[in-house]
Amino acid sequence: MNSLSRHRLFWPFLTLALLLAANAIFNPGFWQLQWRDGHLYGNVIDILNRAAPLALVALGMTLVIATRGIDISVGAVVAIAAAVAALMIGGELVVKNGVQTQVSRFPMGLAIVAALAVAALCGLWNGLLVAKVGMQPIIATLILMVAGRGVAQLLTGGQIITVYYAPFFFLGNGFLLGLPFAVFIAAAVWGVLHLLMTRTALGLFIQSIGINPAAARVAGLHERLITVCVYVFCGFAAGVAGLVISSNVKSADGNNAGMLMELDAILAVTLGGTALTGGRFSLAGSVLGALIIQTLTSTIYSIGVPPEINMVVKAAVVFVVMLLQSAEFRAALRGLVVRPAAGGAP
Amino acid sequence: MRRIDPRFVPLLGTIAVFALTAGYGSAAYAGFFSAQVFLNLLIDNAFLCIVGVGMTFVILSGGIDLSVGSVIALTTMVSAALVEQRHWSAAEAIPLVLAIGTAFGALMGWLIQRFRLQPFIVTLAGMFLARGLCYLISIDSISITDPTYTAISQARIDVPGTGASITIGAIIALVTLAIGIWLAHATEFGRTVYAIGGSEASAVLMGLPVPSTTVLVYTFSGFCSALAGVVFTFYMLSGYGLHAVGMELDAIAAVVIGGTLLSGGVGFVAGTLFGVLILGIIQTLIAFDGSLSSWWTRIVIGALLFVFCLLQRAFEARRR
Repeated sequence: MNSLSRHRLFWPFLTLALLLAANAIFNPGFWQLQWRDGHLYGNVIDILNRAAPLALVALGMTLVIATRGIDISVGAVVAIAAAVAALMIGGELVVKNGVQTQVSRFPMGLAIVAALAVAALCGLWNGLLVAKVGMQPIIATLILMVAGRGVAQLLTGGQIITVYYAPFFFLGNGFLLGLPFAVFIAAAVWGVLHLLMTRTALGLFIQSIGINPAAARVAGLHERLITVCVYVFCGFAAGVAGLVISSNVKSADGNNAGMLMELDAILAVTLGGTALTGGRFSLAGSVLGALIIQTLTSTIYSIGVPPEINMVVKAAVVFVVMLLQSAEFRAALRGLVVRPAAGGAP
Repeated sequence: MRRIDPRFVPLLGTIAVFALTAGYGSAAYAGFFSAQVFLNLLIDNAFLCIVGVGMTFVILSGGIDLSVGSVIALTTMVSAALVEQRHWSAAEAIPLVLAIGTAFGALMGWLIQRFRLQPFIVTLAGMFLARGLCYLISIDSISITDPTYTAISQARIDVPGTGASITIGAIIALVTLAIGIWLAHATEFGRTVYAIGGSEASAVLMGLPVPSTTVLVYTFSGFCSALAGVVFTFYMLSGYGLHAVGMELDAIAAVVIGGTLLSGGVGFVAGTLFGVLILGIIQTLIAFDGSLSSWWTRIVIGALLFVFCLLQRAFEARRR
């Protein structure tokens, strides 16, 4: 099992390593780390920090995809969670006894819990539509993707809501032990999931649902309950990502927050070696996938190519990865390589 | 005979919803019930109707095409660049962009068919690629001042007996719709599409040309997207990489609201027209109301999608 997982992570690892190497060549200062104001600075740290929200969303997406589902509403959920948090925290500068302090509208803890609860509710809605009503996952989550964006715009009134409350900024900008705090959030979520998937039977259950839902049900699994839980977790993870993003930009933008994030997350999951047909999945692979996407974005920025080209590169990466994952394509390639030899010996 | 009847239930439901919405609008707002308001639905959503026809075939075959919005953007961009910067004439530019869109769809269809790739991920990559190519041409919007384009854009054709007029884009949409209906119900291609959507394995066993039809379905969708892009260019008179963002979702929503099952094999091209008209009339209602903000459109469309999907599920369950 161990050697198998190592084998599966080989390609994402290689892609990331090649990208990092290319960066080091184009930009000699790429690996330089500086210790300033008690924390690390550098390109790599920046990539880690920026990849954290995508990694969070990709982790939730991995489990959904493992059950043969897909969740294209995560971008909208990111926007909703960010809007709820920003609205509840708000924040204003109050002068108290001659000292300027920032006061939030509601306690920050309450705001965070509320935002995450709303995100989890969004996931519950998706999960119920998929598992109870029996809609196709893509269409069930399409509903929330369309309506959710509208809800986020309604919450923010179509404006960008700025937050004036310093403690909230720690989530997306703070540092712990010299590293960005967002990285710890993503690592913690990954760690908990990893334990759940490897130390309990849950990982096996999710895989078996993805491979054959009917057989899983016959084998006595609470197939529907597990599916609902997976969607709830996906919504929750998107909510956490929304908090990190809004904290990082110190505002919530109902129109654009999390835009196209569902596609990046699906891309990260595919890059990480999880097939969209469900079944076997790799959490670490998805995190690697998120890192690959962020490294790619940072590389394109640092080479000085217009960032819009990013999309062409991304498209090329998706095409290559999906072709490599296709058994038919590998067979065709093998045919090309083997044919001359076979033709030589009748 | 009893088996024919339930096929039309979703389509009739869609038409009923449209009629009810239109009736409500006419009763609630003065000036709503006029031929021009209804023709405007078609004029303002002509491109959506055209992509919807292509999308209907894709969904009928059990697939999905996420690239349509960005192919529209690419078409507007290439047209604008050719006409404005290279000084091509419209008669040269339009066939070329149609060919580009068709080739784009054919390539995606070939990848999906030949390598057994998932339509979702292939067309997703196509979506990135087409949008990215737009930005390779230009990051900014290019406005079109070419006399042919502006003339077509402003042309109005009077509809006899109503006092209202219609644009060339809307006529193209209606012609595309008619061709779509003919393709779906009167040709071997159409019957094969329905068969593939019902059960691909059975279609193969029946000896139907499944591989070529699958490629053709995406080719047709690519062509429709490019044609919609041409109509969109007439409508906006500009090329821009951010044109038609999210159009694929509107198109899918229109197809689903039009009564086509996303699992494939069941539905009507004509339903898509009503799906498009329902999306349009919601926007018109919200515009007439004036007090509701535009984001209510998205929420109402989401709610409608939800209701229609629930009905589809109930319908499927009863049929089984």
